[in-house]
Amino acid sequence: MTEVSILCPTGHLGFTPLEKDSFLAGCELKPDFVIADSGSCDIGPYPLGADGQASPAAWQRHDLEIMLTAARRLGVPMIVGSASDTGTDRGVEQFAALIREIAAEHGLAPFRMATIKSEQTREAMTARLAAGVPITGLDGRADADAAVLARTDRIVAVMGAEPIAAALREGAEVVIAGRASDCALFAAPLLNAGMSPATAYYAGKLMECASFCCEPFMGKESILGRIRENDIRVRAMHPGQRCTPASLASHAMYERRDPFREYVASGYVDMSHCRYEPVDEKTTRASGAVFVPSAQPMVKLEGAGKVGERRLAVVGIRDPYTIENIDKAIAWARARLAERFGAPEQAGWQVFYHVYGRNGVMGDLEPTPPARAHELGIVVETVCQDGKRGEEICALAARNLFYARLAEVKGTAGAAALMADEVLVGKPGYEWTLNHIIPVKDPSELFRTAFHTVDGSARKAA
Amino acid sequence: MIRNMPTLRDLASTIRSKNAGVDHITFDLIFRDRGNFERVRDSKVLTPESVAALYRIPRERITDFVVFEPANAIKFTIKRNRPSGSPGEHDVFGSQQYAPLFGIEVP
Repeated sequence: MTEVSILCPTGHLGFTPLEKDSFLAGCELKPDFVIADSGSCDIGPYPLGADGQASPAAWQRHDLEIMLTAARRLGVPMIVGSASDTGTDRGVEQFAALIREIAAEHGLAPFRMATIKSEQTREAMTARLAAGVPITGLDGRADADAAVLARTDRIVAVMGAEPIAAALREGAEVVIAGRASDCALFAAPLLNAGMSPATAYYAGKLMECASFCCEPFMGKESILGRIRENDIRVRAMHPGQRCTPASLASHAMYERRDPFREYVASGYVDMSHCRYEPVDEKTTRASGAVFVPSAQPMVKLEGAGKVGERRLAVVGIRDPYTIENIDKAIAWARARLAERFGAPEQAGWQVFYHVYGRNGVMGDLEPTPPARAHELGIVVETVCQDGKRGEEICALAARNLFYARLAEVKGTAGAAALMADEVLVGKPGYEWTLNHIIPVKDPSELFRTAFHTVDGSARKAA
Repeated sequence: MIRNMPTLRDLASTIRSKNAGVDHITFDLIFRDRGNFERVRDSKVLTPESVAALYRIPRERITDFVVFEPANAIKFTIKRNRPSGSPGEHDVFGSQQYAPLFGIEVP
């Protein structure tokens, strides 16, 4: 029976540096593929919207260098998806450039690299919408209309395994993919080996976060999967970690609403009847996934749009009377802001008072009644299209706590402590505008593959 | 009257919250062993209604509630008021929303 082994060193390449020792221990077992995902929606909408990266370039390079040099030494393909946190075209190009640099630095013999881009223009999506193609909201969101697309600055489509599998079939030894379903990176070579989509995507789902599926809790350590049809064996490579039925099963429900279903472009994996059995102290075997193909392939779209410029200020309160009446103080401050700058909704600005010491972490979900805190820390956040105006609004939003008029305040020289009488410039505020799916004829049609020869030895000689 | 009832904090090995996509926060309670899991499952202290009451939100914001036998786990999911990372949001990863579950007593 065909067996494919995959080494995965990290659940988010570059986010923090991967741990080399367990990766090299995995390399000793001669894996057939080295695979890691590099992106996530978890980092918030800013990196996608502003087309920046959330990880330092030095750590991305560190991880890519360890993976690439090992993969070339072993002579096996390497696959990285959701390049540079977001999987935009910038991310793919940045990682492709890093691969070339690292190859030159190490004098690596020529190899074939595929880049697969997944960014979509707003115009192309608007045209599809105008042609009657629905862009359907996920997670209870309304379907997208032209207005939603108009306030979206950047869009990526999330690829399934199809374009990656095709690139491997055409001889790619390194694949740098744009935004991709994490599990699709692993599924691609397994599908090429003739395994079912159930086994292929399920193996990917189990492996995509590397050592998070093992115990005790450790990040950035390698795991090795040995996969046969309906027989997925996951092994912890760190000497102090084990992959147990409990750890693997509990990972299957991590970061997801429904622990029984994993959706990809061509359908979903049904994990309702999966079984987890120990193989040895460090290895667990999983089986029993079922794949339910969808009649119509649907590709997920992620989009982010700018809301406005953000400014921040930090204010502390120590006066017990002010603390007791903090809601009144904030209401007074808000009223004065509206007097000067107009009602927020109409005048295009917003202010948020994050009251740490009361409900700064949980907001409206905080069930604990306000305790008698001896001090409160308040982060004042304002959003406004115009940065200069936003700065003025933020300064007044903070100083209005200082000047708050409360009936019995005794500290008449200031009702708040300003950590610094200073307005901090935040990153622009973005929001997730698209969390939608779009029907396609071919699961690969939104993705653009190109092949490149990377010749590190030539560059070194030159 | 039963005194000194154990709490979820005593019976669970993991209690965590985390983003599930950009619009939801999902909560996982994983129990030390089958016995503790079944005790909590059968006690019905965790239901969509009890969780909504604990967080003082409408029942409709609990979008999923799953008893996940393979992992000795119970998980539920809350719809966010705003997508993660929007201005005004306070927990980008949704990773610090679980603490109120600790004190739930289990008969």
